[in-house]
Amino acid sequence: MIDVVEVDIPVAEVLAAVDGPGEGAAVLFVGRVRDATAGSAVTHLDYECYREMALAELAALASEAKASHGAAAVSIVHRVGRLEIGDVAVAIAVSSAHRPAAYEASRWIIDTLKERVPIWKKEWHDDGGVWASDHP
Amino acid sequence: MQVLLFASLAELVGSRALDVEAPATVGELVTLLNSGWPALAGQSYRVAVDQTYAGLDQSLSGAEEVALIPPVSGG
Repeated sequence: MIDVVEVDIPVAEVLAAVDGPGEGAAVLFVGRVRDATAGSAVTHLDYECYREMALAELAALASEAKASHGAAAVSIVHRVGRLEIGDVAVAIAVSSAHRPAAYEASRWIIDTLKERVPIWKKEWHDDGGVWASDHP
Repeated sequence: MQVLLFASLAELVGSRALDVEAPATVGELVTLLNSGWPALAGQSYRVAVDQTYAGLDQSLSGAEEVALIPPVSGG
């Protein structure tokens, strides 16, 4: 399952999508909206994306995780639009025969997603919104 | 050729797409954009051609979908 959605992420379905008879380990990463960034209170976030390219890059991450990081199956869903504190912004599930590959691939996917998938978040504070750039 | 803008770049320029005369390469496109839209000059962005990150030496025919990708912040 690879998708960019504007509604609640179906986290249980993201995890179920990597089920397999040979996969003894599954790692689920859930990224949630935090109430502060760099010590400054955040009221909510707005995410926007370049949808066609974001889907292509997410699919490429899944392929690379399988080819080079030992993942057997990968599922990634990112949410865009307005998100409130605590909302799930991204869910990543990775399965593999044994746990080391699943942990490693999961970490690689979220780190690489933050570097290259064309999705942007604007952090809203009491005095206005600021585009976050984790990788200037 | 249309150039798609997103996030901070769309806000800076006040538009989500720019019409430019198709240049021969991505590098020429960047030069043209930076002179035609001073708000873009000095901004950090990568260029995507047909939904793939492109280098400055990549050639353009004018038929591609081109987008400027400011620093991403998903996750």
